[in-house]
Amino acid sequence: MIELLGLLLIFMIIGAIIAVETRDLLASVICVGAVGFGASIAFLLLRAPDVAIIQIVVEVLVLVILIRATISRDLTAISGDREFFGMVVAIVLLFVVFLFGMRVFEHLPPFGQPAIETLAQSPARVYIESGLRDTGAANLVTSVLLDYRAYDTLGEATVLFTAILGALAILRKKARKRKEDREEE
Amino acid sequence: MLYALCLLLFVVGLYGVVTKKNVIKIVISLVIMGYAVNLFLIMLGYREKGVAPIIDQTTEAAKFAQTSVDPLPQALVLTAIVIGLGVTALMVAICIRLYERYGTFDITEMRKLKG
Repeated sequence: MIELLGLLLIFMIIGAIIAVETRDLLASVICVGAVGFGASIAFLLLRAPDVAIIQIVVEVLVLVILIRATISRDLTAISGDREFFGMVVAIVLLFVVFLFGMRVFEHLPPFGQPAIETLAQSPARVYIESGLRDTGAANLVTSVLLDYRAYDTLGEATVLFTAILGALAILRKKARKRKEDREEE
Repeated sequence: MLYALCLLLFVVGLYGVVTKKNVIKIVISLVIMGYAVNLFLIMLGYREKGVAPIIDQTTEAAKFAQTSVDPLPQALVLTAIVIGLGVTALMVAICIRLYERYGTFDITEMRKLKG
């Protein structure tokens, strides 16, 4: 199980490197799709079926949006990276970030031991033990989303609405003010 | 070990954000970083030989708490994934407007045309 997950993660890392490094933008978007569907399978292996389903749906939408942005636009791919010195500095700094991250992982419990086991009064324990009785939902993820933390979900819907509204406002062709100006003229 | 691979995926995305000149490449790198963080949070809630957090009428709740994976990170990651979709749509919309304004996706070209 852990080996399978490791292989999947290595596949995702290779896909991510190709997506970042390849010249063709369309190939890059397709590689992001491979990474996203790999993440979906990983969620399924980690016993998170709801997250896997939502990951597939979101992945398809992200691919549609990205292909809409890239296709028939700028097919002459941009060649060349930043200057050599900047690249070296960036890689050294990323290595430092990686080392610090590894130090952080030493303080975490090992893989396969969630916080419910170590903390006696973790909120997740309350959700698991009384979720079915309190909310009547068999799926504990939905009981957390739509009952215990329903205000979070309301905030999520607000953020999503604002983001889509912002995207539509940015993509609108003509501003309303300009139209009024034309009428005055 | 798995945490380290997850961090490596995150660092690959960070590398793309820092070094690439194409705006679409930067958006793609941000999406990859989001995947890495989501995967890491789900991994934190995983239990060895655990079952999905879907409870049965017949199983006892206290016993179920010994075998189930943590449902809380799953609920929060569900929220985070959907918000990621909205943020990606907004970023791509901004990229399309930048392309219409400057005729290129290259960020260094955009800096020259400022004003």
